[in-house]
Amino acid sequence: MQNTGTLIVKTSVILIFALLLFAPFLFQDVRSLEVAARICIFIVLVASFDLLIGYTGIVSFAHTMFFGFGAYGAAILLKTMGPGWTPVILGALAGVGVSLVFAIAIGLLSLRVKAIFFAMITLAAASVVLVLASQLSQITGGEDGIIYKAPDLFKPATKLLTDADGKVVRLWGVRLNGKLAAYYFVFFCALALFLVMLRFVGSPFGTVLKAIRENEARAEAIGYRVVAYRTAVFCLSATIASLAGTVYAVWLKYTGPDTALSFAIMIDILLMVVIGGMGTMWGAVIGAVLMILAQYYLRDLMGAASEAMTGIPLLPELLAPDRWLFWLGIIFILLVYFFPKGIAGTAMAWGEKA
Amino acid sequence: MTALTTTLGRAGGVNLLPLAVALIAFVLIGAPSSWVTLTVAGLAMGMMLFLMASGLSLVFGLMDVLNFGHSAFVSFGAFVSASVLAGLGGWLAADSWALNALALAASYLAAILFGLIAGWFFETVIIRPVYRDHLRQILITIGAMIVAEQTILAFWGGTPYSVGRPAFLEGSWIIGDVSIEIYRAFAFALGVAVFVMLYLVLNRTRIGLLIRAGVEDREMVEALGFRVDRLFIGVFMLGSALAALGGAMWAGYETLITPHMGADLMIVVFIVVIIGGLGSIEGTLLGALLVGLMSNYVGFLAPKLALASNMILMVAILLWRPNGLRPAVK
Repeated sequence: MQNTGTLIVKTSVILIFALLLFAPFLFQDVRSLEVAARICIFIVLVASFDLLIGYTGIVSFAHTMFFGFGAYGAAILLKTMGPGWTPVILGALAGVGVSLVFAIAIGLLSLRVKAIFFAMITLAAASVVLVLASQLSQITGGEDGIIYKAPDLFKPATKLLTDADGKVVRLWGVRLNGKLAAYYFVFFCALALFLVMLRFVGSPFGTVLKAIRENEARAEAIGYRVVAYRTAVFCLSATIASLAGTVYAVWLKYTGPDTALSFAIMIDILLMVVIGGMGTMWGAVIGAVLMILAQYYLRDLMGAASEAMTGIPLLPELLAPDRWLFWLGIIFILLVYFFPKGIAGTAMAWGEKA
Repeated sequence: MTALTTTLGRAGGVNLLPLAVALIAFVLIGAPSSWVTLTVAGLAMGMMLFLMASGLSLVFGLMDVLNFGHSAFVSFGAFVSASVLAGLGGWLAADSWALNALALAASYLAAILFGLIAGWFFETVIIRPVYRDHLRQILITIGAMIVAEQTILAFWGGTPYSVGRPAFLEGSWIIGDVSIEIYRAFAFALGVAVFVMLYLVLNRTRIGLLIRAGVEDREMVEALGFRVDRLFIGVFMLGSALAALGGAMWAGYETLITPHMGADLMIVVFIVVIIGGLGSIEGTLLGALLVGLMSNYVGFLAPKLALASNMILMVAILLWRPNGLRPAVK
């Protein structure tokens, strides 16, 4: 059953998780930790999107909307109630609640119709929420977003372990302070949510979803209620996205339209899922890691390359860091043409032939 | 009740909806002069939206292809026409009415030509390989939209680009205490002209007959020996050209344009297409007018709800008629 390609993919995913687990000790600067936390969050977000697009074959553009509900839920309560665990938990619950209401409403209204209608309706819903979030500035802080304090445990000044002098203990040169606790909060939440999803797609329910993707009419004929299953998976994916939003809000200590709701995040998620490989949870991990690393480091590299090429006509212009989304778009189109299964899917299939 | 329904149906049925919206708004707004101004603005916006949406709707009806990159044509149309107008700045600034009109016509022609060529390229290179695969269609056209938006960004930069407007379209007519912006009236008239032309082509010519038959039942038309795929390229090019023209007119209407304008308008265009029902230009016109009027009235009555109102309208209509008001596709 397990071929070489699958083994390679799974090993690299486990390796990625191991690297993320030890990230604070391996890469000891602020920016790397930021990147690592973002990767953790996006793995969950992309994997939950993969439940929809890869496993069930429905295209939703409202995924950032649910992410935003979770983030704003925590952010608004942390702002009004002050730092603590109650607002985080209440915020998470509120976010999930609102997300579920929206998911059920959209699902029942539009999952009966064609995939394309659903895509358009979710796009419209998400853009309305985005506009509302930037207009209702008394509640959401408008375009500026909300800045607030995280629970005390996660403050950089918090000492997890102190030595005899009352100073923070250093382990391999890393201070055991609140920042580290915050990172591990993000990491373990992400890991737990990812494992839940992994368990879920292996369950009988997950198998039914794949059956619906492959042949809807047949699944219906066998006796599965397609609309109910689709709505259920839409709700599940919305719940997980919303929880990921809450975790991200606690980590960033800032929530605004750009970090939680914007259409750019939706495009990122879409790119990650397609690059990594649809229909495999593993692909979500690979896609998220590659895209975020590219976002943070490739642009610098392109800038350096562009400067190195000054004097040669056209090349510096083409390699300018601003052009990076252009190239990404082209790579994306080529990938959809030639490797519709993405990196993970292609690697797994490649092993099968050999 | 049934008698009422039949009377309504005979009087025009769902076609009366924009009228009903206008009447309700008249009562709510109270002041006739602002109502007239808003109505003209709504009708003008509706006609521009119609231009952008008609191609999308026909393309979907004929070939079951939904182009999420349609907004690229709108943006490109706007920027191409704005550049032509900037290039013909001399004509635009000239004191002669004829030269002004010529510059405007040239800019629209450039947008239409660009739309035709870009549409042909888009259809053959991007969409042809993914017929009948909705998921990959959505993904690929999204990718194409990203590339197109970035291309505009590379050529014209990210700062808002200002668009020239010929002098004879500036200002407004004042009738009593009602003021009507000339550009809006012009946009409305041009939109109506295009609609009439489209309607005549679709209903009075042989090509139009084939297009309508293809929307209804493509396999049957193909079985009778017609090449629907060739027809489809033509419709796609026409739709792209109309979207580019719509973008060009929208650019003159807004006078400041950014590379994101297409993506922003796209949401409204989708709502129009969904409300109207896919595949019919009459439905698209109805949806466009409804959305145009609705956003102007609500924008006046409760500014914060402007975009949400379109969404609510869409939900209400989908609950009432799940396939839109006048669908041609079953």
